[in-house]
Amino acid sequence: MEYFDTLLNELYKIAFILIPVLVSVALIVWLDRRIWGAVQKRKGPNVVGPFGLLQTVADALKYIFKEIIIPASSNKVIFVLAPVVTMTLALVAWAVIPFDNDLVLADINVGILYLFAVSSLGVYGIIMGGWASNSKYPFLGAIRSAAQMVSYEVSIGIIIINVLLCVGSLNLKDIVNAQQNLWFVVPLFPMFVVFFISALAETNRPPFDLPEAEAELVSGYQTEYSGMMYAMFWLGEYANILLMCAMGAILFLGGWLPLVDIFPFNVLPGPLWMILKILFLFFLFALVKAIVPRYRYDQLMRLGWKILLPFSLLYVVLTASYLFYFDKLPTKAF
Amino acid sequence: MIAHTIFFYFFSIITVGSALMVIASKNTIHAVFFLILDFISVGCLFIMIGAEFLGMIMLIVYVGAVAVLFLFVVMMLNVAEQKQSWFRGLKSTHIPVGLIVSLVILSEILVVIGGWKYKANFISTDSIIIDSNFSNTHQLGSVLYTDYIYLFQIAGIILLLSMIGAIVLTYRKREGVKRQSYINQISRESKTSVEVVEVDFNTGVKIDD
Repeated sequence: MEYFDTLLNELYKIAFILIPVLVSVALIVWLDRRIWGAVQKRKGPNVVGPFGLLQTVADALKYIFKEIIIPASSNKVIFVLAPVVTMTLALVAWAVIPFDNDLVLADINVGILYLFAVSSLGVYGIIMGGWASNSKYPFLGAIRSAAQMVSYEVSIGIIIINVLLCVGSLNLKDIVNAQQNLWFVVPLFPMFVVFFISALAETNRPPFDLPEAEAELVSGYQTEYSGMMYAMFWLGEYANILLMCAMGAILFLGGWLPLVDIFPFNVLPGPLWMILKILFLFFLFALVKAIVPRYRYDQLMRLGWKILLPFSLLYVVLTASYLFYFDKLPTKAF
Repeated sequence: MIAHTIFFYFFSIITVGSALMVIASKNTIHAVFFLILDFISVGCLFIMIGAEFLGMIMLIVYVGAVAVLFLFVVMMLNVAEQKQSWFRGLKSTHIPVGLIVSLVILSEILVVIGGWKYKANFISTDSIIIDSNFSNTHQLGSVLYTDYIYLFQIAGIILLLSMIGAIVLTYRKREGVKRQSYINQISRESKTSVEVVEVDFNTGVKIDD
């Protein structure tokens, strides 16, 4: 009976995290299209519901009622598994995201490693989908994305090392609490920029959306997908983008901490600050989509391996030297 | 404690089963996916014994990077056909070589496990003091970067060497390949690259290249 109670309690908490995430994914798709429209002096979706807020719901309904077509020559099990993997991985990572000092589903010691591991598994949804479609364009898209995501993961890992040097703990709550006096975006600003670029590449957002380049690959790995399975890829992609924004907010923008801890700012509750920061990062994501043209593939690889990776390695050396020389290494035992 | 036992058997059955399926499955891609499942469940077993750092590193390094490259290679090569031809034509030289290599690895594992099991101080662990006040990651780091720093550095150098070796083996300079030079692309100016030409009627103009 006791097990049953704990189980119900946990399920309630999981639903409390997952449902807001799913709803905000729907809203964020709408926001993305509105921002995109505004940059191009269009209105964007504004018909369904107030300000077009229900546009995503309408789209999702349309996808649900469409037939799911599974190509005859595809590998059926892997073909169906691929969107499920994408969606599951995008949602499962939210378990460790802290929204306030005690508002977190699983407060684990190696939270940042868990986030990094889950985001690096995200590539499997794309590879599986591309390969199982048994068709040329999806396969090319999958191969491209495998190379791209593995490359940019390396620099994200190095950036995380930069932050961890200043914190001395892998726990996400400790990372946020270490920014009480100064958000890491100030001392590590170059790393924040590199993180932002790598996050764009990691989530296949423009200007790095080569896996689904509609011009030459007709949507890459998604070509053969239809109906609900396509919608799952689509939702998983946006949930991943949201996750990357949350990761950026925790690592660099001080998570739930207010801008400064004085009267007008600390009235807002912590979770709201966290959401505001995620939204701010997402706004940057959407702006980049609207104003930057797509990279060529060799330029993308060159940027990842020859510029971002050496630069972030150099910054690790700089950060470590600074902390060591001025005796500022974190010594608190967590 | 019952839940712990159930989870342990759950993960260990998956580990052993998927390891068997890696060898047994005919489709090489399926074998790689089973290998990934194996890595993930081994990572879960690591977490269950409290080595959460190792478990996560297992996921990041093996599943997130190594297995992706495995998949990459297997998808590019036509391995399925090759594998079938090995088993059909029995003249293949790969099977005996493979058997010898696996026998060597098996005997090595037996020696290591036997030594560890029956001779308590086979690997000296006297200097490792386990303090339960510190997290797993802190303990690993404090041992790795102090007592075993030379071994750690040597492992790193071996990895670096193998990386350089792989690059040297595959790198070749080919003649007649057109390369894009970023410096040239960026430093182009309109003066040197655009030219206004008077075109005579019915004669045209000759363009170089």
